[in-house]
Amino acid sequence: MQTSQAAVDQHADQEHAHENPALLHHFATAEQQKNAAGLGMWLFLAQEVMFFGGLFCAYLVYRYKYFADFGSASQQLDIRLGTTNTVVLICSSLTVVLAIRAVQLGKRMALVFWLLATILLGLAFLGIKADEYAEKFEKHHVPGPSFNYHELLPGQEKFPAAERQYANPHHAEMFFSLYFAMTGMHALHMIIGVGLFGFLAYKAWRGKYTPKYYTPIENAGLYWHFVDIVWIYLFGLLYLIDRHR
Amino acid sequence: MSDHNSASEQTSEHASEHISSLGSCLAIWVALLAGTTLTVAAAFIDLGPFNTIVALTIATIKATLVVLFYMHVKYTHEKLTGLVIVSAIFFLFILLALSMADYTTRLWR
Repeated sequence: MQTSQAAVDQHADQEHAHENPALLHHFATAEQQKNAAGLGMWLFLAQEVMFFGGLFCAYLVYRYKYFADFGSASQQLDIRLGTTNTVVLICSSLTVVLAIRAVQLGKRMALVFWLLATILLGLAFLGIKADEYAEKFEKHHVPGPSFNYHELLPGQEKFPAAERQYANPHHAEMFFSLYFAMTGMHALHMIIGVGLFGFLAYKAWRGKYTPKYYTPIENAGLYWHFVDIVWIYLFGLLYLIDRHR
Repeated sequence: MSDHNSASEQTSEHASEHISSLGSCLAIWVALLAGTTLTVAAAFIDLGPFNTIVALTIATIKATLVVLFYMHVKYTHEKLTGLVIVSAIFFLFILLALSMADYTTRLWR
């Protein structure tokens, strides 16, 4: 009785494997395959944490070293554009979650729609970032031969003009070097993410992803949320913490 | 072997994927936007050294919400995910804490 039951189960298994062509032969079940892919993605994100961690560490060290000058340079950033970009990214995280929900419910066109919405928001973020970069070029706040910085240290406005102290341009240049390295690396991740979602949107439109198989959507979603989290910290450290000084 | 296979097949049927409700997706979204508003508002109030603490605390709350709900960590059946996240944060902490312990104690040179 038991053996025959097992044979029936095995037969059902084989049928199940035929029903799900995405299940590779070296995995026992679709769930095992999905967990393996998910764990691999998390390990990738763990090394991304260390990658961005190095940049954050450099920022903390130099902010400690050139505290007043970093305060001055940080106040040159446009907090309105930074806040807008934070909101845009949070909205894009929502569209990613809605895309995953759509594929789980088997709604193909909704999946394509939310993937395209994510791409649009990602491009909006990059556009706003490009605008911010353009402003830095105009103000000569881009590190290099044409770098020019003549701004007061924080809290110097209350003194008579002759006694006011100005920030050391070399120290401010270090702030902008780190600003461009960190936001540039983040923007590169965004560009890769937009490309990834474009690929997924095409595949989704072709009907590749079903409630039984949507691991690429889920893992691209993890990547996108991670990039969102990096921005949450970049926004806090670069734009916010020296605003009050 | 076939018994094992059918057993794990059954668990996979039971442990069907968590589908977030539309309401919870939107609730987290509203919470993230509220956190952003709060942290920007707090940035303009002079709290001295506490400005940094407030900004980083709100950022960490936002990041935690994203990881738990949007990255589905709260609902995952894979226990190793938690281990990977905790180790990543732990080694990031070592990188930052030990580097700062060095640079902030070089005053005697």
